[in-house]
Amino acid sequence: MRCIIVDDETSARAIVAELCKTIPDMEVVAEFPNALEALKYIRHTKVDLIFLDIHMPKLSGVDFIETVNNPPKIVLTTSDKNFAIEAYEYEFIVDYLVKPISSERFKKCACKLESTFQKTPLEQPEINTTQNEDEDLYINIDRRLIKLKFMDILLIEAKGDYIEIQTRAKRYRVHSTLKKIKEKLPECRFLQIHRSFIINFTQIIDIQDNSVLIERSVIPISRSNRPELMQRLNLL
Amino acid sequence: MTEKPNLNYIKEISGGNEEFEKKFLTIIQTEFPKEKIEYAEYLERDNLEESAKVVHKIKHKFGILGLNSGYKLAVKYEEDLKYGDTKLKEEFHKILQSVEEFILKIA
Repeated sequence: MRCIIVDDETSARAIVAELCKTIPDMEVVAEFPNALEALKYIRHTKVDLIFLDIHMPKLSGVDFIETVNNPPKIVLTTSDKNFAIEAYEYEFIVDYLVKPISSERFKKCACKLESTFQKTPLEQPEINTTQNEDEDLYINIDRRLIKLKFMDILLIEAKGDYIEIQTRAKRYRVHSTLKKIKEKLPECRFLQIHRSFIINFTQIIDIQDNSVLIERSVIPISRSNRPELMQRLNLL
Repeated sequence: MTEKPNLNYIKEISGGNEEFEKKFLTIIQTEFPKEKIEYAEYLERDNLEESAKVVHKIKHKFGILGLNSGYKLAVKYEEDLKYGDTKLKEEFHKILQSVEEFILKIA
């Protein structure tokens, strides 16, 4: 079981790492002092489990959970007992450990993990890391494959079973999902800022309150996606 | 406040691994003073919201060092700070002081 530890406190990470040594087959492959670094890591590297602190600066554990696509199993670690009930609203959250974590409690967590992974084999779709910014995207419209250059795409909007791809010249309606197209887009240019919108953030004209202006379109930014957007911008 | 910081929890986690104990104490000796300064600076600037965030981290150290009552007080103090209430400040500072002395002693 390949796991990572995400916590802004070095001491907290050290404790979890030491406790992990007591569990056979559990390997700590990386530790991160903030959720953004962890987010970047799991986009390119397969992990089975994340020990995730809730209270972290910049991007909190909750923001992380809401941002990440296809998350692996997560064990929350926090000093805040009040979050426990909310935590179990997410099906990929296996357990909730209140700090300081005792050895006994960690063993119980390990048992939960064992039974969870027995039910769901350790498998995750491979993430394509060979995306090239210069690549084009072909879309299927009426049995015709139309080439779109990434740089020409302004934004993509989810509309039921379809997505609408807006370029400077035209809007294309394609039978697909935001999730599928997101996998094909280069991360250095595109970002999901709302559950219904992916934008080419190099095309942003301005950002005001909770919306982005791209050409003449005003796109809402969801609370959970805002930190990542702000992180990507070259702010003065 | 009669309770004193101790290493029981660290020894429980280490399972007798002295190397881990040493490494961990070094981490605490580095991390705690920084957090204490950070907390004091926010408090001085009357930024109670940020002070509360640092208290959240410090309370974990109290728990690690076996300060159960101190931990409970820090939980309350953290919540109070969020509402602009600093009445537990002096008691919290006494615990900070005892942790600082303990850390210096084991250095």
